[in-house]
Amino acid sequence: MTAAAAFFYLFAGVAIASGFMVIASRNPVASVLFLILAFVNAAGLFVLMGAEFLAMILVVVYVGAVAVLFLFVVMMLDVDFAELRQGFQQYLPVGALIGVIFLIEILLVVGSWTIDPGLVQTPLGNPASAENLTNTAALGRVLYTEYVYFFQLAGLILLVAMIGAIVLTLRDRPGVKRQNIAVQNARTQGMAVENRKVPSRQGVEV
Amino acid sequence: MPTVQSVLPTLAPLLPEIILSAGVMVLILYGAFRGEKSVEGVNVGALLLLLLAFFVVISQAPGVKVTTLSGSFIQDGFSKVMKSLVLLGSAATILLSRDYFQRERIDRFEFPILVVLCTIGMMVMVSANDLIALYLGLELQSLAAYVIASFHRDDLKSTEAGLKYFVLGALSSGMLLYGSSLIYGFTGTVSFPGIVSALNETNAGFGIVLGIVFVAAAVAFKMSAVPFHMWTPDVYEGAPTPVTAFFASAPKMAAVAMTVRVFIGALPDVTAIWQQIIVFISIASMALGSFAAIGQRSIKRLMAYSSIGNIGYALIGLAAGTEAGIFGVVIYMIIYLAMTLGAFAIILSLRRRNEMFDTIEDLSGLSRTHPWVAFLLAMIMFSLAGIPPLAGFFGKFYVFAAAIEAKLFTLAVIGVVTSVVGAYYYLRVVKIMYFDEPKAPYEAMAPGLRIVLALSSVVVILFFVLPAPLRGAAEAAARSLF
Repeated sequence: MTAAAAFFYLFAGVAIASGFMVIASRNPVASVLFLILAFVNAAGLFVLMGAEFLAMILVVVYVGAVAVLFLFVVMMLDVDFAELRQGFQQYLPVGALIGVIFLIEILLVVGSWTIDPGLVQTPLGNPASAENLTNTAALGRVLYTEYVYFFQLAGLILLVAMIGAIVLTLRDRPGVKRQNIAVQNARTQGMAVENRKVPSRQGVEV
Repeated sequence: MPTVQSVLPTLAPLLPEIILSAGVMVLILYGAFRGEKSVEGVNVGALLLLLLAFFVVISQAPGVKVTTLSGSFIQDGFSKVMKSLVLLGSAATILLSRDYFQRERIDRFEFPILVVLCTIGMMVMVSANDLIALYLGLELQSLAAYVIASFHRDDLKSTEAGLKYFVLGALSSGMLLYGSSLIYGFTGTVSFPGIVSALNETNAGFGIVLGIVFVAAAVAFKMSAVPFHMWTPDVYEGAPTPVTAFFASAPKMAAVAMTVRVFIGALPDVTAIWQQIIVFISIASMALGSFAAIGQRSIKRLMAYSSIGNIGYALIGLAAGTEAGIFGVVIYMIIYLAMTLGAFAIILSLRRRNEMFDTIEDLSGLSRTHPWVAFLLAMIMFSLAGIPPLAGFFGKFYVFAAAIEAKLFTLAVIGVVTSVVGAYYYLRVVKIMYFDEPKAPYEAMAPGLRIVLALSSVVVILFFVLPAPLRGAAEAAARSLF
C-alpha cells in the first residue's frame, strides 16, 4: 500500500467516523467540534487529489468561519437538545424503515449498474497539470472569463441573502439610546445649564 | 507567461437581465438612503424596469437562436415568450400589491426589489443552457421567494409559510444538485448541447436514469406537481395574498419553462426514460388538483389546488414531447397566467374597511352587490373549468390534441375526466355568487387591481376572437426548440 492510499483511508475513515459523531454526540459543542474534524479531513482528501486550493478554501471558509459561527450560536443560544431529540425517538422506527428500503433500492440499482465505457467521458481534465499551472492560477484564468456569468449570478444570490436577512430581522426599536453627534455638537451652555433660585429650607424639584 | 486574452462575450442577448440587475441596484440605493419615504418611488421604479425589460424582450428579433457566455445562456423564440410572461406576471404582482401592503401596514421598499431580483432568477432559468446556470437561476428565484413568503413577518401564518417553503425548497435544490452531478458524471459535460450529443437510447444506463429521476423530482417540486405539491396549499394560504398571486403566476411560468428546457433541450433522445415520469406526474396532478379542491373553503387554498391541477394539464403537452405538445404548453401557460392574475385581482378586492375576506362563502351574492366583478369572476371560473368559447377551453384543447397526436390516449381521457370533476368546484363558485344571499358590499377596487383585472379579462374572454398573435408567439416558441 502506498503512502497516498494509506493517507486516503486515514482521512476518509476519520471523516466518516466524525460525521457519524456529529449526529451521535450528546453534547452540541462536541458535535460542532466533530464537524470541524470532518471538514479538516475532507480538506486532506482534496490535497491528496491535487486540489490544494479547494483544500485551503475549505479550511478557511468552513472551519474558520462557518464552524466557528456554529460554535458561537450553539454556545449563545440555550438550545435544549434533549427536548429536540424526543421527536427523533418517536419517528425512529418509521424513519429507519424508509431509510433501509431506500438503501436496498439504491443498492439494487447500483448492483445492476453496467457502465458503458464510451459514456463515461473524461471531463475536460485538469488544466493545471497540462501547463504546470497551480490550482489557483488555473481557477483565476477561468473564473472571470469563462465563468463570469456564474460568478455574477452568485453575487446576485448573495445580495438577495443579505436583503432577505435585513427584511426579516431588522426592526426599529423604540427607546434605544443612540449617539447623535449633531445634536451633541449643537448643544449650547444655555440648553445644558439652568439657573434657579433655591428658596431657603425648601429645595427645588429636579 | 501566458498571454491574457480579453474578449468580451456577446452581451446583447442579456440586455433585459442587465437592465433589471443594474436598475435594481439603483433602487436599492434609493430605498436605503430615502428610507420609508421611498416606497412609492421604488414601486414605480420597479414597475417601469419590468415593463422596460418586457419591451426589450418582445423587440428581440424573432427566429434567432443565440448562445453566449461560453454557451450557458441561450436566447431563442421560446425564451422570448416565456420571459415576457414572467415579466408580465411580476409587473402585475407589483400592481396588485400596492393597496394590500399599504393597508396591512407592511409597506416596505424591499418588496418590489425582491420581486425584481426574483424575476432576474426566473429569466436566467428560462434562458439556461447548462446545468450550472439552471441551478443558479433557480436558487436566485427561490431565495427571493422564500423571503417574500414571510414578508408579513409579524404574522404567524406568513412566517410559517416562509419557513416551510425554505426547508422543502432547500431539499429540492439538493435533489437537483445530486441529479445534475449524476448526469455530469455520466456524460462528462454540464451543457445541454453536450448532453444531447453524449446521450442516446442505447447508452443511457442506470446512472443517467437515476440522475434524470432526481432532476425530475426537483423540477416537479418547483412546479408544485404531485407528488411534490405538499407545500403548495400551506404556502399559498399563509403568504400575504399578493405574494400568493405572484407564486401562482410568474414562478410557475419559469418552472415550466425550465422543465421544458431540461427535458426537450437536454434529453430529447432519451424520451423513453422521462416520458413515463412526466405522464405519471401529469395524471397525479390533474387528479389531486380536481379532487382535493372540492372540500376547500378558503379561496387561496382553492387556487393552490387549481394551480396544481393546471400544471398537470400543461404537462400533458410536455409528455407528448412533440412540437405540437410544446405549442400546447406555451398556449396553456399564457392563458393560465391571465386567468390566475384576474382571479387574484378579484380576491384582493374582497375588503371591507381593514378586514380581508378569503373564504368562498364571502363571495355569496356578489352578483347583486358588484355585478361587474361577479361577471368577470364567473368568466374566469368558466374559463378555468374549460368551457368554450373562453380561453381556458383552447388551452386544454391544444394539449389534449397534442396528446392524441402522440398516441397518449389514456392521458387525454384522464385529462378530460378530471376537468369535468374540476368543473364542479369552479361552477360552485359561480353558483354561490349568483344564487346565494348577498352580504354587505365590499369596498371599491384599487386602481392597480382594476388594470390587472381588465387586461386579464380581455385575454380570457376575447381570446377566441383574435387568437392569432398569441398563437403565433407560441408557435414560434415551440418551433425554436425542435
